[in-house]
Amino acid sequence: MATKKDYDDIPGTYVFDADMSRKGYHLNMFCITLRLATGREAFKADESGYLDGFPMTPAQKQAVLDRDWNEMLRLGGNIYYTSKLGACDGITFQALAAMMSGSTQEEYRAMMLAGGRPIEGNRYKSEWEGKE
Amino acid sequence: MARITAGVGVSHVPAIGVAMDTGITDQPYWKPVFDGFKKSREWIKENNPDVVFLVYNDHCTAFSAEMIPTFALGCAAEFQPADEGWGPRPVPVVKGHQKLASHIAQSVILDEFDLTIMNKMEVDHGLTVPLSVMYDQPEEWPCLVIPLCVNVVQYPAPTGNRCYNLGKAIRRAIESYDEDLNVVIFGTGGMSHQLQFERAGLINPKWDKEFLDMMTSDPVKASQIPHVEYLREAGSEGIELVMWHVMRGALDEDVVEVHRHYHVPASNTAVGHIILENRPK
Ligand SMILES: [Fe+2]
Repeated sequence: MATKKDYDDIPGTYVFDADMSRKGYHLNMFCITLRLATGREAFKADESGYLDGFPMTPAQKQAVLDRDWNEMLRLGGNIYYTSKLGACDGITFQALAAMMSGSTQEEYRAMMLAGGRPIEGNRYKSEWEGKE
Repeated sequence: MARITAGVGVSHVPAIGVAMDTGITDQPYWKPVFDGFKKSREWIKENNPDVVFLVYNDHCTAFSAEMIPTFALGCAAEFQPADEGWGPRPVPVVKGHQKLASHIAQSVILDEFDLTIMNKMEVDHGLTVPLSVMYDQPEEWPCLVIPLCVNVVQYPAPTGNRCYNLGKAIRRAIESYDEDLNVVIFGTGGMSHQLQFERAGLINPKWDKEFLDMMTSDPVKASQIPHVEYLREAGSEGIELVMWHVMRGALDEDVVEVHRHYHVPASNTAVGHIILENRPK
């Protein structure tokens, strides 16, 4: 029997479950090395050389080099790990959230100040159909 | 005997810590957030707990993907504030109460809650921001702290029901400890927020307020909220709120709500805060 996923119909969301965790394991284990200054310095000095020290897929390495935040999530990255790469680049959680949701920093900040992304219309994937 | 006198629910948004550490809490963006904590700081000064039992989650800081304990109890003498990528927060070292922590571990495990015991653990914003919120910026934290770290990062987090019942077991443990201690329990994280992908920035104030109401008046109902409801209604990271049930389970069913604060936004998150007291016996 397949594992039940009653959260699969939530739009614009990756739930970091065991399937995602397995997929993203080495990507996430790379990211967490950036938590400490020694890791950040070594990575900054030679990004692709540093990445070669981890058994990540070529697509995962490319997503890191491209700073393609959503692609990292698709490939099993979790935001608390990828945010360590963000921190290494001096990018805050809020700035990452703007990029991942396809807004400018100004638009995103204004949306949050106006009360955030509303729940209406954002509960089910079916509500997003037809949205570009 | 040791006793639990009150519970505190509070968000642990990292940006709240940054605002304090960089001295910008008076800015218009932050002022309403911190105004709501004024009363809390007076309250904790008056209540002056000897020990804070602090339920929080690690954000892939002390625990990597290598090891994901569902419940990990901090039994060390002290806990260093961790570097989460921006350098460690400039806050005091967190001191534990080793004897009480070991007593709780023994009692709760024999009560059939299989905790992981941590004799070394760095603590991230999940633990230090609630202390900053409640105690401001002291030289030393005025209380000892027993951290309980809960996995809410890799799905599934423990159920609300499990957390609620663990709270009850923690209370039994604390109340069987033979030292006169005033213990306050914190449940941290939330409220509605989503940090990732295209739905990032989701906030659901109506749901949050109902959750706060239930914390006060119907904790059993609150503890039955299924995970998919948190994920859908409160955002993928809103599931942190399961940790509040540990706090609530450790209190009487009938409590007095002495303070509440709710504000949107702090960075990507709705800030929620509640103080609940057991009625004096
Ligand atoms: Fe958190």
